[in-house]
Amino acid sequence: MSGKPRLTYLNGRGRMEPVRWLLAAAGVEFEEVFLETREQYEKLIKDGVLMFQQVPMVEIDGMKMVQTRAILSYIAGKYNLHGKDLKERALIDMYVEGITDLMQMILMFPFSPPEAKEKNLDSIKDRAINRYFPVFEKVLKQHGQDFLVGNKLSWADVQLIEAILAVEEKIPAVLSGFPQLQAFKKRTSNVPTIKKFLQPGSPRKPPPDEHYVETVMKVFKI
Amino acid sequence: MSGKPKLHYFNGRGRMETIRWLLAAAGVEFEECFMETKDDFTKLQKNGFLLFQQVPMVEIDGMKMVQTRAICNYIAAKYNLYGKDLKERALIDMYVEAIMDLNELFMTHPIQPADKKEQHFATIVDKATNRYFPVYEKVLKDHGQDFLVGNQFSRADVQLLEILLIAEECKPDILAKFPLLQSFKARISNIPTIKKFLQPGSQRKPPLQEKDLPKVMKIFY
Repeated sequence: MSGKPRLTYLNGRGRMEPVRWLLAAAGVEFEEVFLETREQYEKLIKDGVLMFQQVPMVEIDGMKMVQTRAILSYIAGKYNLHGKDLKERALIDMYVEGITDLMQMILMFPFSPPEAKEKNLDSIKDRAINRYFPVFEKVLKQHGQDFLVGNKLSWADVQLIEAILAVEEKIPAVLSGFPQLQAFKKRTSNVPTIKKFLQPGSPRKPPPDEHYVETVMKVFKI
Repeated sequence: MSGKPKLHYFNGRGRMETIRWLLAAAGVEFEECFMETKDDFTKLQKNGFLLFQQVPMVEIDGMKMVQTRAICNYIAAKYNLYGKDLKERALIDMYVEAIMDLNELFMTHPIQPADKKEQHFATIVDKATNRYFPVYEKVLKDHGQDFLVGNQFSRADVQLLEILLIAEECKPDILAKFPLLQSFKARISNIPTIKKFLQPGSQRKPPLQEKDLPKVMKIFY
């Protein structure tokens, strides 16, 4: 046993990608097991290693953790990315939850029927530009600091840069009205652990393609 | 200003109910401000009180907190309902996240289209009895303690009781195969703060009636 966290998921972003980001940002090396077939998934369930018969699952510190938020919260807490006190944690949680709502739209996008795709893309654009990005633009403008909370890199910053890059993949000019976020993106991309994660060959996964969608449908029998 | 937390939502369970449960379990008195019309909601948004233009919103300790989980996490930690260390918190988080997944199914049941309702109900019952309840039954069986985590009352116990009662409202015999969950339910219901919350006249909200659904939808859409 290597002692490194071990991630079990499909070979794609999905619900595991924020976990990869957070471990990477914390400078923690990890291993991955990729689900490719229905049989593999059924075996995991039969072996009783998935508490609620679902992935993501992360083996870490002797636990087989499930539930994305539980996993992320544990990693953030362990690696000092969850603020210095309860109030900072409250802010981080609010920001992360808002970003997660936006990321949920991106997560579901590849699975929407072709006729709904344009409308869903418009929704993502609308929410990013009118609901979520303005909040973080304002936060950064008001305190003038490099990071969202407590003048220190936290889970909120990692989640935000992941979201910015994911939305930009779909809507390249999305940050055009957000100078603070543009600077944040540049600055945060240069944090050494994050810079490393953004380089080719890292565990970062590419955007979902048809093959990924097919694999999801096959493994989870959707 | 009273110093009590102030909850902004409509007069119903929705996404605020778990927060009411946690505050009540912690013995914390709170005030409520109910949105009745779209105008009430728009006013809150225009005042800049809603960080992402959404409710629930809870005014607590000088913050206007939004996002249900952020609010629940804060309350749980503040009132020592979140375990004694990171590992207990991890267990609690796993348990409550699954409960919230199940709760999401219950919450979205009233808005299912008529032709999908029966199937949706069957899915809820299947998930509750085959995916979720067996886990908690086993946890209680394996350690034989009164509470889910760390032999101490936590938000996991509160949220499990909440969902057991919701499930029973939908299907009264749903706990038939889960003797430990039945005794858990009786035991946790008798904790003084919870017992008080379960009595008539408390701030606990009733299930949403079909006839009230249009009014609620008008607030948001």
